[in-house]
Amino acid sequence: MGSLPDIFSTLVQGLKVTLLVLVLSIICSTIIALVAGLSRVSTNRLVTGVTGFYVEIFRGTSLIVQLFWFSYALPGLFNIHLGSDIWVAVLAISLNYGAYMSEIVRGSIQAVPSGQTEASIALNLSKFQRMRHIIIPQAVRMMLPEYGNYLIQILKATSLVSLIGLTDLLYYGNIYRSTHLSDSPTVYLLLLVMYFVIALPLIAFTKKMESVSKKGVAHG
Amino acid sequence: MAESIVQYKDVHKSFGDIDVLKGIDLDIQPAEKVALIGPSGSGKTTIIRMLMTLEEPTMGVIDVGGRNLWQMEKKGEWVRADDPHLHSIRGDIGMVFQHFNLFPHMTILENCMLAPVLVKNESKKEVKATAVEMLEKVGLGDKIELYPAQLSGGQKQRVAMARALMMRPKVMLFDEVTSALDPELVGEVLEVIRDLAKEGEMAMILVTHEMDFALDIADRVVFLNDGVIEEEGHPEDILVNPKSERLQDFLSRFTVNR
Repeated sequence: MGSLPDIFSTLVQGLKVTLLVLVLSIICSTIIALVAGLSRVSTNRLVTGVTGFYVEIFRGTSLIVQLFWFSYALPGLFNIHLGSDIWVAVLAISLNYGAYMSEIVRGSIQAVPSGQTEASIALNLSKFQRMRHIIIPQAVRMMLPEYGNYLIQILKATSLVSLIGLTDLLYYGNIYRSTHLSDSPTVYLLLLVMYFVIALPLIAFTKKMESVSKKGVAHG
Repeated sequence: MAESIVQYKDVHKSFGDIDVLKGIDLDIQPAEKVALIGPSGSGKTTIIRMLMTLEEPTMGVIDVGGRNLWQMEKKGEWVRADDPHLHSIRGDIGMVFQHFNLFPHMTILENCMLAPVLVKNESKKEVKATAVEMLEKVGLGDKIELYPAQLSGGQKQRVAMARALMMRPKVMLFDEVTSALDPELVGEVLEVIRDLAKEGEMAMILVTHEMDFALDIADRVVFLNDGVIEEEGHPEDILVNPKSERLQDFLSRFTVNR
């Protein structure tokens, strides 16, 4: 029977990979979400069409299949290698969550009342200035609470990367359990606690953003 | 007669199957104050929204300072105006909206400073001095650091006027600017417009339901009905001695104190 410190010291070895995938995925999915979200409100049909296609494909298929696809199918089929496994994982998670999050970006931009655009036209602001100074600052305030929710979901999604051979928290948990079967409850309880502790700052961020977003948004 | 600052020539506007304006001819002189009155749905607001480039006419021409607003010449042909063309003319026009449309994420001072700094590239320091002066003029000199949500409707509308004035337009459009206000706040807004009208140099087009006010400050009143100008002329003639039956009928719903 292994002791708690024993189990903990094993699991901790996976912390670095989990955090790395988490942070990189948050950065990349945010960029993807902003670009795709802005593209979907573009007046260019080709741009909206292509991004719409991307969003529906990645929302409509499962993340785990996408992970396998990037990791095993692409290299086998087309000899495309996406670099190290870490980047394969980050890419799959970011494209998947970027697709979901782009919908918040699009929705928030469209939710800024039309009177805001009209007032900026009346003040002779250019299209770019309208977006940059009026629409996006207000849209960001609206999207922040939901954005926080997605960050927590990304954390939970990182646990899938052990399936393509990355050595994250869950991977070390499974390794430990396979040699200490009777410790299974303790291992998985500890894993839950560790994921929750990592999620705490993200939860706090979401709460804070909810109060921020209540201020400074036009209504009606 | 001086050259018109704004000229509508047989302007039509349809939304889908609905013809809102059916041939509008209207000349506005520099510094002239024109009140647009008429039943709701008669197209008053559409007239000024086309001038502010918020709606495009279906047919006809609008000239601003002698330049065609919605069409431009390209290789000897008249084509639909593009953004730079609209941008180059729009600077002469300012607008105050029924629902204020202040920018909620900026202070009142920032609301007033944004456009002069971004659009006219004026120095921040000078713009700030002008903005403070302008806000003092509309009676809000002590509130410049507040956000729009912290103000009453009347105060918001006064900020909106200061913000529009910052761009020094030659023509200012007022779109039912007191309609969204509580009755006790209407007076303070009209007071500011009255002061502006007295200063004189700016042309003003007011879409309004305040008949006393129109009588008081307008040089000319235009009565719009069912997409056409039914009657226009001196405020006294229009509001006190209306000729057409429709105008008489319309005015009977208001009490004009004179």
